[in-house]
Amino acid sequence: MTTTVHTRPAVSVAGLRKTFGEKVVLDGIDLTVTEGTVFALLGPNGAGKTTMVRILATLLPADGGSIRVAGHDLHSDPDGVRAAIGLTGQFAAVDRLLTVRENLRLMADLHRLGRTEGGRRVARLIERFDLGESAGKPVSLLSGGQQRRLDLAMTLVGDPRLIFLDEPTTGLDPRSRHAMWQIVRELVAEGVTVFLTTQYLDEADQLADRIAVLDHGRIVVEGTADELKRRIPGGHLLLRFTDPAALRAAADALNTTHRDDDALTLQVPSDGDVASLQAVLGTLELVGAKPDHLAIHTPDLDDVFFAFTGAPATTNPASEETR
Amino acid sequence: MTTMAHALTDSRTMLRRQLLHLRRYPSLTGMLIGMPVIFLLLFVYVFGGAVGTAIGGGRAEYVNYLTPGILLFTVAGAAAGPAISVATDMTEGIVDRFRSMAIARGSLLTGHVLGSLVQNFLAVLAVLGVALLIGFRPNATPIEWLAVFGVLLATAFALTWFAVALGIVADSVETASNTPMFLSLLPFLGSGFVPTETMPAGLRAFAEHQPFTPIIETLRGLLLGTGIGSSGIVALAWCAGISLASYLWAKRKYNARTTR
Repeated sequence: MTTTVHTRPAVSVAGLRKTFGEKVVLDGIDLTVTEGTVFALLGPNGAGKTTMVRILATLLPADGGSIRVAGHDLHSDPDGVRAAIGLTGQFAAVDRLLTVRENLRLMADLHRLGRTEGGRRVARLIERFDLGESAGKPVSLLSGGQQRRLDLAMTLVGDPRLIFLDEPTTGLDPRSRHAMWQIVRELVAEGVTVFLTTQYLDEADQLADRIAVLDHGRIVVEGTADELKRRIPGGHLLLRFTDPAALRAAADALNTTHRDDDALTLQVPSDGDVASLQAVLGTLELVGAKPDHLAIHTPDLDDVFFAFTGAPATTNPASEETR
Repeated sequence: MTTMAHALTDSRTMLRRQLLHLRRYPSLTGMLIGMPVIFLLLFVYVFGGAVGTAIGGGRAEYVNYLTPGILLFTVAGAAAGPAISVATDMTEGIVDRFRSMAIARGSLLTGHVLGSLVQNFLAVLAVLGVALLIGFRPNATPIEWLAVFGVLLATAFALTWFAVALGIVADSVETASNTPMFLSLLPFLGSGFVPTETMPAGLRAFAEHQPFTPIIETLRGLLLGTGIGSSGIVALAWCAGISLASYLWAKRKYNARTTR
């Protein structure tokens, strides 16, 4: 007897539409998420990412389209969907008056796990998420990173096969951010499907098997990180000069794509390989324009973002916070 | 059948959560007890001499007259508890977590209601204790005492569901803590503190027909043996009506609530 392993989609969406009053928030979304993979929905603030997650997690009804989540029809069997998924929203969904352990116990009780099994899972999650020292503390005394870890731990009490993470690292410091990424990788290694939204390109690049860029309610491009990078113009060298005359001389001698007279910089198309680098430097030597600084820029998702949405994305969480 | 069993299990879990909240946030319960106790002492010792004489008696008679009204004032004030706790849940992410889980939908609200009834019970016992200490002398039989707690329970149930609905529709915790305050005024605009006959005509008409007056008259009759007449049935009808309307309102708003 032979058994065939079907990789059925964890999420399949066709023609999803959602409007709030006059405003069209999601405008004909089609997407498929394969089981056991990480899917990143990338987009600027207000693109409709959270609305998308809220619909898939049964919190918000769609206006149109057919949606299946974890093998259940979202419209006719929302409880089937709820039993299979876990949601970690943008704002820590924790009970601030309870302790860490009581929060996890609450989840275990709501999953009706029973005393023994519930206690075992709670203990395991406290251990895994490094919450042992604060297990008896009220949540209100925890740091932001600890709250976010507890939040995710609470999502995992029910052992969901599909997890929605809505901007899981927004507002976290770099260390907590990397800890969160590590946890996501471990979950995927265990076979969990992760659907995450983010406004950080490096996050999608780091974690996701497939990325869809959402802008103004439409998916403008979808593919693997490499596919997306291949679809945009190649890399370049960024040359900076100290002297406007040198900048002019270099600009005349080289095939430049962009020139900034204020910053005294030039962009020259390049794959970043040594031969083309030497050629550029040779030319500069010849015309006597010596750059003060040189940077090699290989295409990243920022370029993808710029190319497909016409707006730069937020790449640095720190700059977002201080704004 | 399993749906029913699940609903019971989940409601019990949510009640346990509320009981933990009561323990972690005792100052709220303290405030809900402190307010009626202060009013009781204020009215008995500051106004009691004058008002007691006016209604034919003295301070001692006024303690008896006042206590049923203060008990209702306690229950009315306790409605702030569920309004605040529900609004807190609604404004934080936790409600989304509950709603995205395969749990009995109503269990969150049921937990709030049951927790509030426990809070009400504690508050009523404390206020009743102080009243007895300062000279409240009821002549109720054990059966009448049971009926007193029955009426208070029915009232607390109705006002709690009303407060739950207010907590859901409030756009902030601050709003939710203010809106139920008008409930605390109603015992004053009824027969709680002075007989309605002493009020001007318009106010008197309101005082005699608002829901709190028959409740107070029923409590007073059960505790002190004054005439109840039709007040008992009217009081229970009000409680049933408020409970049902508030429950339906709360349920509809809870299900409709999507984003904030």
